[in-house]
Amino acid sequence: MDYFLTEEQKTIRALARRIAEEKVLPVRAELDEKEEFPWEIVNELARADMFRVFVPEAYEGLGGGCLELCLVVEELSRVCSAVAVTYAASALGCMTLIEYGTEEQKRRYLPDIASGRKLAAFAITEPTAGSDAANIKTTAEKVPGGYVLNGTKQFITNGGEGGIYTLIAPTDKTKGGRGASAIIVEKGTPGFSFGRKERKLGIRASATRELIFKDCFVPEANLIGGRPGLGFIQAMRLFDRSRPGIGAQAVGLAQGALEAALEYAEKRVQFNQQIINLQAIQHMLADMAIQVEAARALVYAAARNVDANDKNITESSAMAKVFASDVAMRVAVDAVQVCGGAGYMRDYPVEKMMRDAKILQIYEGTNQVLRNAIAASLRKRKARTA
Amino acid sequence: MNIIVCIKQVPKTAQVKIDSRTNTLIRQGVESIINPFDTYALEEGVRLRERHGGKVTVISMGPPQAETALREAISLGADEAILLTDRAFAGADTWATAYTLSRAIMRLATYDLIICGRQTFDGDTGQVGPELAEMLGIPFVAYVSAIEEIRDRYLRVRRMVEEGYEVIETGLPALITVTKEINQPRLPSLRGIMKSKSAPVPAWGAKELDVDPSRVGLNGSATQVIRIFFPERTHQAEIITGSPEEQADRLVAKLREARLI
Repeated sequence: MDYFLTEEQKTIRALARRIAEEKVLPVRAELDEKEEFPWEIVNELARADMFRVFVPEAYEGLGGGCLELCLVVEELSRVCSAVAVTYAASALGCMTLIEYGTEEQKRRYLPDIASGRKLAAFAITEPTAGSDAANIKTTAEKVPGGYVLNGTKQFITNGGEGGIYTLIAPTDKTKGGRGASAIIVEKGTPGFSFGRKERKLGIRASATRELIFKDCFVPEANLIGGRPGLGFIQAMRLFDRSRPGIGAQAVGLAQGALEAALEYAEKRVQFNQQIINLQAIQHMLADMAIQVEAARALVYAAARNVDANDKNITESSAMAKVFASDVAMRVAVDAVQVCGGAGYMRDYPVEKMMRDAKILQIYEGTNQVLRNAIAASLRKRKARTA
Repeated sequence: MNIIVCIKQVPKTAQVKIDSRTNTLIRQGVESIINPFDTYALEEGVRLRERHGGKVTVISMGPPQAETALREAISLGADEAILLTDRAFAGADTWATAYTLSRAIMRLATYDLIICGRQTFDGDTGQVGPELAEMLGIPFVAYVSAIEEIRDRYLRVRRMVEEGYEVIETGLPALITVTKEINQPRLPSLRGIMKSKSAPVPAWGAKELDVDPSRVGLNGSATQVIRIFFPERTHQAEIITGSPEEQADRLVAKLREARLI
């Protein structure tokens, strides 16, 4: 299906696909097995300018938007979702800075992220603050010249590997959600260390780790935008802009699973014929393809809404994320089914895809919490038109 | 460090098809790529520039469509590219090709090092590099697998030989041909691709190069391809068994029988 991409978008997509096939495909199973962080691939992506895609031109980026980011994420995820999330998390980690940071902050941090010399990460989740993101326990106490951080962030993608962290922490405890701020903390800051590295069901090559702050001083200059109290709003706005990226990760994964199932169905012979000749298999493959294409169309449309600076993107971004991740889960499960016993084995890629797919329904807003948001938006619109 | 890399555009398939009437390559319908060995030459040039500064100029002689290969070289890190193209250059053998390249290189400002691939994927002769060095009157090292040191007017390289390698020192400027052991060529970068789309690729012909017309193209070619073919596979091996003494006796008997000794 033609999505009327520009020449530049097609170039980005083609190069991302080439990297995925030439550099990621040969090592994806090993990276998964060893739970090894893919630094070599990150460096490969950096050399190809992939981290420049989402950074504005003024800071050594290529000035792409949400759709360009989605195209890269989709192609990487088609081969390996762990690599895709590592890449996308660096974008997530600097999007708040891009949108709200001061000129000085952008100059200081973005060129290193654009070149891929440093990975970025975003940290909001805590043991007590998942879907209930406002229940943050980490403290950022105001002291002369800056803030002192204490607390623990949990399940942070690129944790430990990233060099630049955007952290949401309350700078004014008395104001609840309105007292939170987005603060940049660099790896190596005294009092900032890394805790347990999680052992996961899927996306095992990606790093998911605790961030531990013990009397960690950060200067006032690291407060994103220079004004306290906007952190929570900035984070919600960030997720509105980043969720199509998770949708793209889901579309890529589902596409990869569909292709693997199709290839197997053409090779596998039972009852003296390729199983792709069986209508039971044909209908499964057709349903998978329909779902993947519908998810892609929704994700691209949501990404374009983000890039059009549409004010009301909460709903479309949530829809794209929820629909595409549910599709990825279903398609991955069906891909294993089409491949039968072989599909259950680690020699074939679909079992990994099935394990990788599950997280897509959980992170960056569980699909349940996002359905709440979509329903709330429906009711609000209904009330307005009534 | 000013580096010149010579590249050739070749058909993608290793099994080139030959027009039996004209004994030339059939290019129609075959995707063209940069000669794989030349990609190692280009990568080494780009790496040297990244370490020592300067620029990488890529030169190719070929039909107008060879411009695509030069643009690809820019996307892979080359700074400038020049296409040598003219009807008069058509039908050139390695000698006439080396002469044409030498005329272009003489036109360029100073250079420190010329890098070529060890041979092409289609012609397979490995002659253009050494011939070019000869015409330019500069030192030449073939089959370089590593550059150990390079500085002002000094170069030390490893060159592959049958069993092991040799270390060779030479002055600069010099010409080396490289093997695939020398590096792992990178993929293009987005900025490189975007630059390659708009970068100027000047085309120099017989006039710009001020060539001797009798030394270019078919006229300047000392060799002519009569026929190109893949050697037939023959399976006539015979294994002689027994103790070493018996094997020697049997081998001598066989050779005598065949009147070879």
